[in-house]
Amino acid sequence: MAPKMLAMREVWAATLVELAPLYPRMLVLDGDLANSTRAEVFEAAYPDRFLEMGIAEQNMMGVAAGLATLGFIPWLSSFAAFLTHRDLDQLRVVVAQPNLNVKLGAGYSGLLTSKTGKTHQDVQDLAIMRAMPNMTVVAPADGVELRLAMYAIMEHHGPTYLRLTRDPAPCLFDESHRFVLGKAVVVREGSDLTIISTGAQTVRAAEAADLLAREGISVHLLHVPTLKPLDVEAIVAAADRTGVVLTTEEHNIIGGLGAAVAETLGEHRPTPMLRHGINDCYGESGPNEALLDKYGLSAPHIAAAARRLLERVHSRRPPAPTGHR
Amino acid sequence: MLQVEPAKITRLRELAVEARKLIVQAIYTAKAGHLGGPLSATDLLVALYFDVLRIDPQRPDWEDRDRFILSKGHAAIAYYVVMALRGYFPVEEVFTFDAINSRLQGHPDMTKLPGVDMSTGSLGQGLSPGVGMALGAKLLGKDFRTWVMLGDGEIQEGQIWEAAFVASRYRLDNLTAILDYNRLQQYGWTAEWQGQKRRPRLSIEDPQRKFAAFGWHVLECDGHDMAQILEACYAAREHRGEPTIIIAHTVKGKGVSFMENDYNWHAKVPTEEELRQALAELEAQRPRAS
Repeated sequence: MAPKMLAMREVWAATLVELAPLYPRMLVLDGDLANSTRAEVFEAAYPDRFLEMGIAEQNMMGVAAGLATLGFIPWLSSFAAFLTHRDLDQLRVVVAQPNLNVKLGAGYSGLLTSKTGKTHQDVQDLAIMRAMPNMTVVAPADGVELRLAMYAIMEHHGPTYLRLTRDPAPCLFDESHRFVLGKAVVVREGSDLTIISTGAQTVRAAEAADLLAREGISVHLLHVPTLKPLDVEAIVAAADRTGVVLTTEEHNIIGGLGAAVAETLGEHRPTPMLRHGINDCYGESGPNEALLDKYGLSAPHIAAAARRLLERVHSRRPPAPTGHR
Repeated sequence: MLQVEPAKITRLRELAVEARKLIVQAIYTAKAGHLGGPLSATDLLVALYFDVLRIDPQRPDWEDRDRFILSKGHAAIAYYVVMALRGYFPVEEVFTFDAINSRLQGHPDMTKLPGVDMSTGSLGQGLSPGVGMALGAKLLGKDFRTWVMLGDGEIQEGQIWEAAFVASRYRLDNLTAILDYNRLQQYGWTAEWQGQKRRPRLSIEDPQRKFAAFGWHVLECDGHDMAQILEACYAAREHRGEPTIIIAHTVKGKGVSFMENDYNWHAKVPTEEELRQALAELEAQRPRAS
């Protein structure tokens, strides 16, 4: 049976509507993108709780902070690229430093932004958000997990970054899935190689695990939907299962999941590993499949990276220290 | 024109003298901090905290209190001194300003000091949370007002004008900005002026017209004249349909002759001799009982 397809933005908006009666102080502030992020769905259901802030993200972040001091729980509706860059100092000074309860709905993350290209793609959001004290950073794999994550985020008091994607994608999880903030999830058990992934890339990592299984390579797949706080215990346990770790993410290999795993294993359990993701470059416009292929993010690319890593480890060759990373 | 009782004015002027003396002493003790901006804002802060704001120092979290945001966060010492005099915390604590573990941070921190409604310090950011608070009051059906003190240097930041536009768009008549228009900033532009080469010029020109163009109700006052300050604040409270900005004409370093209108005193620590002279000059400004 073909897997269920869900677009995170649709789920995000539908879940906001679901949550609204449970949290009467929840609001949505929009940076003139409600018909892209689908916050328009929330506006239609709760027009008095939807505040248009126009194309002015710095002010929007400050307004959210002011509202949060009164006990409101503002969700911001914009693109990841704008929320993590255009208003970064506002986020730091009036939201993160005072630890105010503002939720960032960061739409159109990663490379798949409907052909809008470099300015609208965000390849460094996780690195920036992860380095910010007080921030909680969440990157769900699919629409099913996203909905559960939003319930958990509403119960958590504090600034939270929620990484969303635009287009429909196959669901990895079904309704039996459980999401706990700060906990990683073993997607499948295996013995030859551990793959650790986050966000929408986990769905592609699971496909890669299928490809590798056909070659007799048994993959242990750990999904890390909460980048911060990081589930150190689960990462160390997943590394112990196979002694070889590949990380993969739709994000720069600097500063994101790969970096978080390398930092963790470096301190707790030095393990041969390879960081797979966007190779420290910006994206461009193009259809989704073409982007995933060119920037090496699709399942066959992950499988190829896994083979390279296993070959390196089995030949006991240290990785060649090339480049400037 | 409403008349403010002379006795109230005298009392506020006396408090302003007290506040300025404490500001200069605290900066001398801390051996760091700003002086020019705090001294220009002192009378405005005294008027707000001792007359205009609906507050209760015993209940800094009172949900119906008026909100105040010091957007020009580098004037923190004036803010702290006035809060201490008003009874938020012991006056002696102002001498912990800038010290390690002090609640009185170099720039205000709402997580450390009860009574601070918003953390500030990175310029141009205070008006937006004020818009949020005023918008929130309307959503909650509450009648508290939000007051934001802006510096004239920081309104060069684009975010101020984003906030000004949105405040007007939502007709936030429960929001009042007060511009401490001392016309100097840390460095400013060079201009030829009476043969002097590097004299900083007017920080930003004609803020009246700029805010009016953004849909704000504009009032003006002498920011060192207590009666004028109170009259402007009372008028702002009564105005309906638009946010109000009070352009308060002030003098940077006000009250100490050698600090007045000199941008070098933006952030400078007085010597012992300068401290002695400053305190003597300020004491001489204490109003005579009438």
